[in-house]
Amino acid sequence: MSILEKDIVIKKATREAFGDEIVKLGKENKNIYVIDVDIAKSCKTTKFIKELPDQHINVGIAEQNAAGLAAGLATTGKIPFVSTYAVFGSLRMAEQIRQEICYPNLNVKIACSHGGLTPANDGGSHQAIEDMGVLRTFPNMTVIMGADYYSTRKLVEQAAHMYGPVYLRFTRDAVPVIYDEHEEFTIGKAKKIKDGEDIAIIANGDTVWLAIEATKQLEAKGISVKLFDMHTIKPLDREAVLECIDIGNIITVEDHNILNGLGSAVCEVVAEEGKGIVRRIGVQDQFGQSAPYQKLLELNGITVENIVAKATELLQK
Amino acid sequence: MRKTSVEELKQLAIKMRQTALTMIYKAQSGHPGGSLSAADLMTALYFREMNVDPNNPTWEDRDRFVLSKGHACPIQYAALALRGFVPYEAIYTLRQYGSPFQGHPDMKKCPGIDISTGSLGQGLSCAVGMALAGKRDRKEYRVFCLLGDGECQEGQIWEAVQTAVKYQLDNLFIFVDYNNLQIDGFCHEVMPLLDLEKKFEAFGCETRYINGHSMEQIVETLDEITLNKNGKPKCVILETVKGKGVSYMENVAEWHGIAPNDEEYERAMEEIARGLQ
Repeated sequence: MSILEKDIVIKKATREAFGDEIVKLGKENKNIYVIDVDIAKSCKTTKFIKELPDQHINVGIAEQNAAGLAAGLATTGKIPFVSTYAVFGSLRMAEQIRQEICYPNLNVKIACSHGGLTPANDGGSHQAIEDMGVLRTFPNMTVIMGADYYSTRKLVEQAAHMYGPVYLRFTRDAVPVIYDEHEEFTIGKAKKIKDGEDIAIIANGDTVWLAIEATKQLEAKGISVKLFDMHTIKPLDREAVLECIDIGNIITVEDHNILNGLGSAVCEVVAEEGKGIVRRIGVQDQFGQSAPYQKLLELNGITVENIVAKATELLQK
Repeated sequence: MRKTSVEELKQLAIKMRQTALTMIYKAQSGHPGGSLSAADLMTALYFREMNVDPNNPTWEDRDRFVLSKGHACPIQYAALALRGFVPYEAIYTLRQYGSPFQGHPDMKKCPGIDISTGSLGQGLSCAVGMALAGKRDRKEYRVFCLLGDGECQEGQIWEAVQTAVKYQLDNLFIFVDYNNLQIDGFCHEVMPLLDLEKKFEAFGCETRYINGHSMEQIVETLDEITLNKNGKPKCVILETVKGKGVSYMENVAEWHGIAPNDEEYERAMEEIARGLQ
């Protein structure tokens, strides 16, 4: 059964996927370490602490130190996962990640809950809207956001198995479970959810399900949609983007500032190729505020209706 | 194994200073002041204390060294060159394209560098990670980390110390090159450090305060603190003089990051050759 025919009923936060997968990985490999910064409970690492205390470190509220310490551990062959919120894991630790992890290309993973607008009621201070863009500009860094529970588990597993720095971003709140448990995902390779001919939609993270809903509506109107889940924005799957460029009309959807995230990454390829039109849907270069998650998405036009409207508008051009 | 004597170390410290200064002179770029103030400790570490193997620089049981004050790398490069981690001629390539001796330490380019540094305040966290890994893996290796005094103004240093104390890292040895000068002037004017020894002690380290240019005191202190496995990280504050060994550089902030000209270089080499007075 295709994903589009499936009724999406179960919802689960992707931070839960990290919490579950990291225990499995830690048991398989004693070099897997988790470094917490006092927010283990909300980053879902408490099970890891309980079951694998010798592979756990809590440095307290000291993110910069966590990043440096992880680098030191990595030089001895450990595979540390620094677990924090996206806003701290990308910005508070940015220079430490650059200097001590990316510059020497050490095998450290930055695993962050509270990506995008998902910490909705926490307000603008806690909503990381620029994290993936910042991290994407560091050489050697891989940047990933899974769309749901199962894909996130697979991507966390792959991040542990690949060498090098990886930034992983999770949702605080529950998002629909889209994929089947046995679906395979490859870092750097976009997941083609559906082939189509009239318009291409490239989404990632918690907006993939919105793109799926929009695709259903467009298909019902007789518009054929090619839909990609671009879980890895760096390295970007250029082949997938080229496929979309062949169609010509592209919409990107992301829970991230429209500057420097998925939309920008796609535009870079489109501009280099010199063909195709892109409409970016995402956070409109504005800070968030305390509000229901749904409301925040609406305030930025990250909605099924807007995807459908943008697609229709593009096709009429 | 016979340990290098204090007298031998004093002679080696002369070579260390001359090598570091030659490097900077040739490159016409680099940081002489902080390299010279750290020279005596670095000599004792590399030629007496640390268990490292130039033929196997990534040996997993080696002692680690982290130069948190990365700009003082000419003195570490001098040690690596003199101990044979890299061919001695590499000293003439400092800061040049393709050199193992980058402007700041780069572990990917230079054998014997255990972590890349250069942005102040970050090295100690890395050293803590290495020491913690050693404890968890029940390894005997030790981690030595040299801080600048100025970089103790960075908050991350204290985050790292807290962690070292929490995890009882008595395999971690912190040294502070307290030369009391930073780029903009004296530390007590730019941002007073007050009593660094008391600060580290209050955070839970076992501390010492010594003359950082007395090889006797350095050796005696190393012998003592490395034997003391009491669950506490050790911190030694070294009272030093920036530019030590070259009269016109001593205590002059401007010599933090400039290279000597021909005449200055000749004079410096002569003065260094006479040894510390």
